[in-house]
Amino acid sequence: MKNIAAVALNTFREAVRDRVMYNLVFFALLMMGAAILVGQISIGIEEIVIVSLGLSAISFIGLLMAVFIGVGLVSKEMDKRTIYALLAKPVRRWEFLVGKFAGLVFTLAVNTTAMAAGLFLALFYVRHSLQPSDLGLLVAVYFILLKLAIVVALALLFSCSTTSLLSILYSAGLYIAGSFVQQMRTLRSDLAGPTTAAIMRWLSYLLPNFENFSVTGSVAHGVAIPRALILQNTLYAALYCAVVLTGAAIIFSRRNLK
Amino acid sequence: MLVNNDTMRAPAIETENLTKEYPYGFLHLKKKTSLEGLTLQVETGEVFGLLGPNGAGKSTTIKLLMNLIFPTSGHARLLGKPTDDVEMHRGIGYLPEQPYFYDYLTAAEVLDYFAKFFDFTTADRKERVQRMLKKVGLETAGKIQLRKYSKGMLQRVGLAQAILHDPQLVILDEPMSGLDPVGRREVRDIILELKHAGKTILFSTHILPDAEMLCDRVGVIVGGKLQGVGAPSEIVGIAAHKMEILFSLASAVVEGAATNLPLLAKATRTGERYRLEVAEDDLYAALGQLRDAGAKILSVAQVKPSLEEYFMHLVAADRAQAAAVEVSGK
Repeated sequence: MKNIAAVALNTFREAVRDRVMYNLVFFALLMMGAAILVGQISIGIEEIVIVSLGLSAISFIGLLMAVFIGVGLVSKEMDKRTIYALLAKPVRRWEFLVGKFAGLVFTLAVNTTAMAAGLFLALFYVRHSLQPSDLGLLVAVYFILLKLAIVVALALLFSCSTTSLLSILYSAGLYIAGSFVQQMRTLRSDLAGPTTAAIMRWLSYLLPNFENFSVTGSVAHGVAIPRALILQNTLYAALYCAVVLTGAAIIFSRRNLK
Repeated sequence: MLVNNDTMRAPAIETENLTKEYPYGFLHLKKKTSLEGLTLQVETGEVFGLLGPNGAGKSTTIKLLMNLIFPTSGHARLLGKPTDDVEMHRGIGYLPEQPYFYDYLTAAEVLDYFAKFFDFTTADRKERVQRMLKKVGLETAGKIQLRKYSKGMLQRVGLAQAILHDPQLVILDEPMSGLDPVGRREVRDIILELKHAGKTILFSTHILPDAEMLCDRVGVIVGGKLQGVGAPSEIVGIAAHKMEILFSLASAVVEGAATNLPLLAKATRTGERYRLEVAEDDLYAALGQLRDAGAKILSVAQVKPSLEEYFMHLVAADRAQAAAVEVSGK
């Protein structure tokens, strides 16, 4: 645990010193611009626009970070040969991997929290008040973070076994595919053919189901999110990450670091 | 009781038939052998030099020992433990070849980061980091980010992290590479200091004087095979010695020297001095000729073969042996 924490803290420090958090400036400008513009052109739907735009931006910026930094977590250490001195210490390879994962997820959590605070400020600006139903926003942000954790785990898995470019393509591809899981499950066999429909159905259970994490519409309209969904998504993300990281650890522990 | 004594006397490094092959080509059907059947023992307290030209298999050997790559066959034990035992690393320090560290950290931070993987208290960690920075001459540069460090300074950081935890066995991959003469001297001093402290040291190099100065024994690897193990003086002595004669000639003698002194054609001239290299057996005959021609002998010295010559000697022997095996096979 001590080793994992040390690697995680260093990963966070790297992100901060590489000025990764500068994206927050972009987000702040976007929210400020949107809040001012929305107040002028939309009547009655200001908060829906602000919430939808804010959550989409949090998700998109987080996704870019998760994929691009996630893919480089291990490959950068190997390319720059910083990993040699590290693995010569009493550190197991899986500890290194989990530490890297935890470090980036922590970075994303800090980043997402800061963006969520910006979203609340923008909401307060257009409505001049905050309501208890706004707590749903926090749940939506939490779901985004869970989704990003799965993306980081996938990016790590791919970067342990293939090139950075392919890892980016695979991770982004899985994210897109995972956003259409329901459609894959309900694909009609009379349209796609029985074999394709069966393959798609099986595949949909292997792919990460990101649709369950998308609650932007409900939150924007003030619909409460069921507690069961919070529990389900938490367990799902934890289990999915554990399985993917186990796979990554098995691959990485057998890899020759030439 | 006997078992305990044997354990205590176990070699610091022990390899048996260590082999590493890399598959390549279509479907990885072809194989390139980087290291072939390395069987080696490095005793506790010994300074052992792994010599060989670039691409000989030195780094492959070290990476196998550090469990960074895995053997195709054979096995190795360090401090009595198999290389895949992560606890083995508590007693081992490692300097990678051309080390590179996190450039967003300072030297003090990178050492502190590595120290966290050992069971030191926070105060002990800080004290060690400062002590190591001082030891490698970086105490004033400790707060500068590593992206601003020169190659030589990074090498010093690498050395500091390798000995940070006071390891029993120190493995250094090309520790002198990239260092200026002052830096090389400092690294040599650190290695000697570690030797006096009873540590076992294995380091790779292709610079023979470093090995001669520091090593109790050396092993020479050429073409992925261990070609010989022994004390540096023995290794150098394997190749035939030559003698170097420095002499000068009076200007009157030089005019007719070409005919009177056939040896002059083989000598190289620098200013008023001539340098002649002859085989050890031909020394007295050459000196006799020079005396007869009225030359003034300035010095006579033994020419130690360079490492390159020694490698060429080994490579030639290796090829001749392979050719002989091929012919006898036919």
